Amino acid sequence: MSRAPLPYNPKILELFRNPKNLGKMENATVSAVAGNPSCGDMIIFYLKINDKDVIEKASFESYGCAANIATSSIVTEMIKGMKLEDAWEISWKSVVKAVGGLPSVKFHCGILAVGALKRAIRAYYKNKGTSPNWLPKEQTFEEKQALEEEELAEILSKRMKAEEEK
Amino acid sequence: MIGNIRELLKAHEGLRREVYLDIENSSMVPKEVVDAMLPYFNQHAYGNPTLTHKLGWEAFETIMESSQKVATFLGCKTLEEVSFTPGETEANNLALIGTAFSMKDKGKKIVISEVEPLSVLHVTDLLNKYGFTTVKIPVDGEGLINLEKLREAVDKDTILVSLSAVNHEIGTIQPVKEALEIVKDKNSKVIFHTDASDAYGKIPFNVLDLNVDLATISSYKILGPRGIGVLYVKEGVHMDRILEGQIGTQKLWPGVENTPLIVGFAKASELAFQNFEENMNHMRRLRDKLIDGIIGKIQDVKLNGPKGDKRASDNVNISFLRCEGEALTIELSLNGVYVSSGSACTRRLLQPSHVLIAIGRKFVEAHGSILMKVTRYHTEEDIDYVLEVIPKAVERIRGIVGSMEVK
Repeated sequence: MSRAPLPYNPKILELFRNPKNLGKMENATVSAVAGNPSCGDMIIFYLKINDKDVIEKASFESYGCAANIATSSIVTEMIKGMKLEDAWEISWKSVVKAVGGLPSVKFHCGILAVGALKRAIRAYYKNKGTSPNWLPKEQTFEEKQALEEEELAEILSKRMKAEEEK
Repeated sequence: MIGNIRELLKAHEGLRREVYLDIENSSMVPKEVVDAMLPYFNQHAYGNPTLTHKLGWEAFETIMESSQKVATFLGCKTLEEVSFTPGETEANNLALIGTAFSMKDKGKKIVISEVEPLSVLHVTDLLNKYGFTTVKIPVDGEGLINLEKLREAVDKDTILVSLSAVNHEIGTIQPVKEALEIVKDKNSKVIFHTDASDAYGKIPFNVLDLNVDLATISSYKILGPRGIGVLYVKEGVHMDRILEGQIGTQKLWPGVENTPLIVGFAKASELAFQNFEENMNHMRRLRDKLIDGIIGKIQDVKLNGPKGDKRASDNVNISFLRCEGEALTIELSLNGVYVSSGSACTRRLLQPSHVLIAIGRKFVEAHGSILMKVTRYHTEEDIDYVLEVIPKAVERIRGIVGSMEVK
């Protein structure tokens, strides 16, 4: 176990201190969670989507570190007014860029944010009962990573339980 | 990178008060200690203590005097029992690896607890790669080692037992004397080491009373300079060196002695043991004020470690549920309160503090933990300020969690 220095940049600090689009959205069209509190890392996105498949409003809540809060907040800013098809194209790298860079140990925060966004978009079309042809059947990198983190949390907590029972 | 740091520091400008409570990870060095050290850099005793000239002899005299002071406070029989090393990490490495090397033909088993510091835990991982095996004794919900399991674990093959005297994260005072009696009763040849870095200067601790073979102490944990520690080695106990080179006054650690740091450690010891009872009572009062204040003001918190006399005089460790520790440490820092967290987010791996997991805390409880240590220099006003800042910080971070369920 080791520690890394975390020289967060001014953009992250600003989003940490004054997060944009924070809070539960009561009339959201769709919401999606990614991460697991056992990993110290969980976010939820709320999207208000109109009948032209455009994101009118986005908000988030986060249980996590400053990087987690900042990346979630910036994603809600990036996707506001976007068509779902365009929002789908946002990659974790572009999120990292938008927050002005992240320490490499915090890349997973950007990945988790994009994972949650993609899950929300999928959930929207699932609810709608349609699937546009730009939406890939197979999971993207970010979705797989989010899943992997969640599974890791499961494994760790199972291991803990097993230790307790010993 | 450096630009980011400068901006982060700028965000701290104009703070009304600042309270540093992260003594676990590094400490401020009081002016009296710095003043004591300064002449030894360029006015006096800056020679090599093993050489035949005035500055060398001055250094030799200074190191002997400092060793004698530390030896007295520790309760040693002779000053030769004090070996200076560059810190707690190095002293623990020396104790474990040095003993394992020298005892390798007598047995292969090492016994430690689940709540040892990383400089014990990771060293046993290393030794396990070279043919040794390590058994970790579990602890109870307050971090007390299970003496029955210790009794079961020690056998003919056991060469070394290492149990810290006070837990570095949750302040549990361990029954070292009882543990040692159990160990020696099962196998009198076992070398018993204790990391006493969180005991020395903080609770009554005396190597002669305890009869341990080896003990580690650290300078910065008693507000001395970083970069210096001591391994106590009881007269007659043999161990191998783990580094080789020019051996001088320190038979177990080669290289040129760092006289100013040794002087600083001795001075810090003097200050810690001067009015020892009074200092302890002061720290206990602030510790309890902090613990009671937090528990009284904030909902959904859990004290980690025991209460009252079973806890070291300086230690406060509290889990804030629905609150991620790294975010909380940053929020507290921006308000002038400097602490650390057992959250995984302050580390490279996803696993939080092994000590908190060992006492049965859930991951989310460990992620939301904050570790603070008070010193004799902290005041009631400092603690009042901390108790004003923490509830607001926790409220803001919990506000970001919002309606999410954190389990």
